[in-house]
Amino acid sequence: MSLFNIFNIAGSGMSAQGQRLNTVASNIANADSATSSTGEVYKAKEVVFEAVPVAGQDSSGVRVQQVVESQAPPKKVYDPKNPQADKDGYVEMPNVNVVEEMVNMISASRSYETNVETMNAAKTMLLKTLSLGQ
Amino acid sequence: MVGKLDEALRFQQTALSLLAQRQQQLASNIANADTPNYKARDIDFNSALKNAMSRGKSTAAPSTLATTDAAHIGGNNPNTTAGGAPLLYRTTRQGNVDGNTVDMDVERNQFVDNSVRYEAGLTLIGAQIKNLLAAVQG
Repeated sequence: MSLFNIFNIAGSGMSAQGQRLNTVASNIANADSATSSTGEVYKAKEVVFEAVPVAGQDSSGVRVQQVVESQAPPKKVYDPKNPQADKDGYVEMPNVNVVEEMVNMISASRSYETNVETMNAAKTMLLKTLSLGQ
Repeated sequence: MVGKLDEALRFQQTALSLLAQRQQQLASNIANADTPNYKARDIDFNSALKNAMSRGKSTAAPSTLATTDAAHIGGNNPNTTAGGAPLLYRTTRQGNVDGNTVDMDVERNQFVDNSVRYEAGLTLIGAQIKNLLAAVQG
């Protein structure tokens, strides 16, 4: 039954967009983390989406294929009093672009909402089908 | 007698089945709106319905390859829906840098359009059933 598969497809979209929102939250929260548990400066993370077939069907859902770290160079901030400062007084700050992250966040939440609406439409259609002939 | 009942409802049933398959394909396009290199696909409802009706049977699943192991690739034809309707690629007006061809406005438009058609189909088949029941009960 094709309509039941819509739940799987829209659900995969919702979880993928949720994961994308998660990385955005992590990036924004760490926008000022000059160091981390590895001793290195935090690098912005991004998800890469991939289409996957759903339950032997030809139409596909979506999943997060991998999470990549941004290769942009870290921002250098002049702050000689900071214990992390190098000999010239510069501190390496994360390469997180907060504006980009906000745009990413809005895009992810809109996509999430669209998937929820898709699911709702499928649910309405299924319920109407159930009441057929009454 | 049963054959005649089946014949009476077959058109609407075929149409509903195709509309449900199309709805699934549109949901898939919407879910993959942000996937790099994903190409939006859709079925041509008009010709798919004509084909299904001229085949003289409902849109039952086409024959598939036998699999003897869970790891075998399913024998589904990647260019048709599960019901056998051919899947076509959408032509885009504005390409995307990442190779994705999903136009959200088009997809949502078609999605709502398709769901209204599905509900119309349900209403029609419901009315047909009522008519048949009225004829049976007198």
